[in-house]
Amino acid sequence: MTDDIKTVIKDVILKEFLPGEDPSELTDTTPLITGGILDSIATLKLVMFIEERYGISLQAHEVDAEHLDTISQIAQLIRSKKS
Amino acid sequence: METLAGLHAAFIRAAREYPDSTAVVEPGEGSVTYRELANLSDRVRDRLHASGVRPGDRVGLYLHKSIDTVATIYGILKLGAAYVPVDPGAPSARNAYILDNCAVKLAVVERRFADRLRAELDAIGAAPALWLVDDPGGGHALRRALDHADADVAAPVAANATAAAEDLAYILYTSGSTGKPKGVMLSHENAISFVDWCSEVFAPQSRDRFSSHAPFHFDLSILDIHVPLKHGATLVLVNEDIGKDPVRLAPLIAEERITCWYSAPSILSLLAQFGNLTRHDYSALRLVLFAGEVFPVKHLRTLTTLLPRPKYFNLYGPTETNVCTFYEVPLPIPQERSVPFPIGKVCSHLLARVVEADGRDVPRGEEGELCIAGRGVMQGYWSLADQTARAFYQDGSGSSWYKTGDIVVEATDGNYTYLGRRDRMVKRRGYRVELGEIEAGLYRHASIKEAAVIAVPDEEAGVRIKAFLSCREAKHPSVIALKRFCSENLPLYMIPDQFTWCEALPKTSTDKVDYQRLKEMA
Repeated sequence: MTDDIKTVIKDVILKEFLPGEDPSELTDTTPLITGGILDSIATLKLVMFIEERYGISLQAHEVDAEHLDTISQIAQLIRSKKS
Repeated sequence: METLAGLHAAFIRAAREYPDSTAVVEPGEGSVTYRELANLSDRVRDRLHASGVRPGDRVGLYLHKSIDTVATIYGILKLGAAYVPVDPGAPSARNAYILDNCAVKLAVVERRFADRLRAELDAIGAAPALWLVDDPGGGHALRRALDHADADVAAPVAANATAAAEDLAYILYTSGSTGKPKGVMLSHENAISFVDWCSEVFAPQSRDRFSSHAPFHFDLSILDIHVPLKHGATLVLVNEDIGKDPVRLAPLIAEERITCWYSAPSILSLLAQFGNLTRHDYSALRLVLFAGEVFPVKHLRTLTTLLPRPKYFNLYGPTETNVCTFYEVPLPIPQERSVPFPIGKVCSHLLARVVEADGRDVPRGEEGELCIAGRGVMQGYWSLADQTARAFYQDGSGSSWYKTGDIVVEATDGNYTYLGRRDRMVKRRGYRVELGEIEAGLYRHASIKEAAVIAVPDEEAGVRIKAFLSCREAKHPSVIALKRFCSENLPLYMIPDQFTWCEALPKTSTDKVDYQRLKEMA
């Protein structure tokens, strides 16, 4: 299931925030927030997408670079919320 | 009793009148009364004086927003020095440039930024004194730093300075078209005339609670800090993280019983869309002020429908003049309205005129450049005599007018409507962005041969920034690598949304970059 989540998140990030990027450049460990890919509004949009798609709710303190900086971290957070 | 003049004098008077009232609240960290803030800022004044800072010097502020920072600002002003706040989130190299550019005598720096800042300062051969403060919050870190310094030798009491009208109160750096930020020099008279205008129009009371949403290196902070603390009111600091998160911000405004809210429209748009505003009690809120960029009517209508009680003011003005026109939005906003509201009429402490390129006034109803004169207009740009001269024109009577670069039209009722820019500056999240500064940042990348940046209007984001690039090598860097490079060299709000690679950038017949063609390609 984690792989599915990663694919979904990766597709959204490529489509919404990295138009024109070669998909192979975006890996599970690419820094998203600290790497300048997701700014605060982009992070918020991604969180809203995640909450709607997976029916989970992220706490305010989880919406930061410590929890959401890579696709791996995002997938892990979603998985822990769903289980 | 001593008679003082200067931006700090009103705070000193308020501290005598309202010693036990709450001056500043920092949610989660604590609060201070007027007496406590006055005492803390006195200690900063004395310590700075003992460290060799004198009236007329500049003192850098490299601290996140906190009670400690407010106290430091007043300590600097009380000594007769000017404060120079930098963006703690910006790359250290940019901040080192700013501190060196205006030759600060000393900078008050959060310890976690110190090593990188020192390295950047060394690299440009600058060595201002640094006064380090651990993790500011609630005034506690500042107190500890002062106690620690006093433990060696107590700082003797220094007098509160009386500032002359033309003495500098602060320098705010804004984006510069040549790739380097430029320092806008604001005097005590500039600041006081603006604060007094706010007193006249918004009638602050000691029971008011003002938000401080804007960062302190942004000119909206001048109203936030100095208006409430003149009137015995309370300033509620909104930290950077909560400030950009509508889900956490919406309850904070209600719980803190904010009466006067001031921010850029972008966060108000987010609050209207994602803040679940109907869940909270906003009955205390009496004023919503916004400035810095155009507020899309769609989101303003949503906001004013959800919160119909406060008065809404559109404030307009560049850093060089602070707010120079204002407009109260008539409510309710009709469904059919889609064009943005006017920027309004000129403030009472300023004069405005609309001119053609040759400096002649245009007839009312025709478009031209808005020019501003009066007590609120900056002295100039720090050590940039040519740019300062170009920013002003002299009329026949010898009066100096600041050329805003904004194209406006005046309606028969005296309200101005903003139409656009005459140069390459855009507003993003309320910040001024010179597209040339982004291009200069991109040119620092070893692989980039040519860079051109354009801004495209966008209903959601205001503008989207698109970069067109050509590469020295066959394989160009990835978008991810470019974004990371930008985040290390530019403030976050300047990172382009989109990068497009070209064999070569399109050129005009005179071999200049063809921006018109790029806009068609975007």
